[in-house]
Amino acid sequence: MGEEVKLLGLKRSPYSCRVEIALKVKGIEYEFIEEDLSNKSPMLLEYNSVHKKVPVLVHNGRAIAESLVILEYIDETWKDTPILPRDPYDRAMARFWVKFIDEKALHPSIDCTHSVYKACTTQDEEVIEEAYGDVEFLETELNDKRFFSGESIGLVNIVVNFVGLWLGVIQEVRGVELLNKEKFPKLCGWVDEFLGSSIVRESLPSRE
Amino acid sequence: RARMTAEVILLDFWPSMYGMRVRVALAEKGIEYESREEDLRNKSALLLKMNPVHKKIPVLIHNGKPVCESLVAVQYIDETWKDKAPLLPSDPYGKAQARFWADFVDKKLYDIGRKFVWEKQGEEGEAAKKEFIDCLKLLEGELGNKPYFGGEIFGYLDIALITFYSWFYAFETFGNFSIEPECPKLIEWCKRCMEKETVSKSLPDPHKIHDFVTQYRKVLGVE
Repeated sequence: MGEEVKLLGLKRSPYSCRVEIALKVKGIEYEFIEEDLSNKSPMLLEYNSVHKKVPVLVHNGRAIAESLVILEYIDETWKDTPILPRDPYDRAMARFWVKFIDEKALHPSIDCTHSVYKACTTQDEEVIEEAYGDVEFLETELNDKRFFSGESIGLVNIVVNFVGLWLGVIQEVRGVELLNKEKFPKLCGWVDEFLGSSIVRESLPSRE
Repeated sequence: RARMTAEVILLDFWPSMYGMRVRVALAEKGIEYESREEDLRNKSALLLKMNPVHKKIPVLIHNGKPVCESLVAVQYIDETWKDKAPLLPSDPYGKAQARFWADFVDKKLYDIGRKFVWEKQGEEGEAAKKEFIDCLKLLEGELGNKPYFGGEIFGYLDIALITFYSWFYAFETFGNFSIEPECPKLIEWCKRCMEKETVSKSLPDPHKIHDFVTQYRKVLGVE
């Protein structure tokens, strides 16, 4: 019996996208099922009855939800090309940073006032200040490495794909420049590097 | 001047459910550590240095290196001291389920719970109570007939959730509702966990939490 891997997702969702990148990095064959969030499929409602959200990975009939949980599951099930580092301390650091990114940078929900996303859609000085602070943490963490956590595409990089593509688009659309080259040279350099990787290019939707 | 001679240090705050998680994990593994109580209105230089991003407790410091975020710390403890009392199951799917539900606890329970204690009870209160109970019922469903969420053995998800038990009395008093009639199996599980010394020694008396809340509500001006 072959491995059956399905991904219920949304091409324009960074959460869904990060799972696709992970599957591609590992060379795992999967079936992608695009969900219509205004008309959720019975499959989605059954597989993720708790949150009713994408992405959901279905492996041999068993469902896993929450993108970060999925990424760890993928890493532990298909052990080639590890996404997470081996050392427990490095793993703790990676997990810390992805949580930070999810809470600070990615939250597009209306009630989250402190996020980079929000900063692109607001005039509020305080929010923008805080977003700058958050991005600065990422800049410091990146330091002089080519990707976060070293030379290869790992967990943190996959999660930060948001910064790579979406932020750029949002900035263009809203006319706000949060991530400019002077203030954050390293992060911008990383963005170029990351988008340059062919796997990433395949997985990310076009800027439209 | 802060001493860094102990191999394992925990920066903590006694009523914190998150701090309690790390205490339980360390106790389960039998790890000796130095506990340092933080005054959150006057944070120590060490805390600010070890967790510059969030400036929050708990912070686990192992050989001088900080690990922040309670569930990250619990996993770190599990992976570093792996010869004793495994906290996560060995199969990836079991791990994923434990992580998913621990994430659910973090996303839902804390935010709803805080409404009962730190905010004035209004119309929102009724909706919050229902949501809280619904979340607990979902967790009860996940527990099923197992003695612990981890199965036969107390584990990661048990740790993530049991620490909220010390706050239930405060939630019930200030929120004016009762959990046990709605979720008897969950309370049974809570009591079973409390029979473990590693848990009972790590959690403060619920009445002390209640007193802490009473005092702090005055400071916040909630009444």
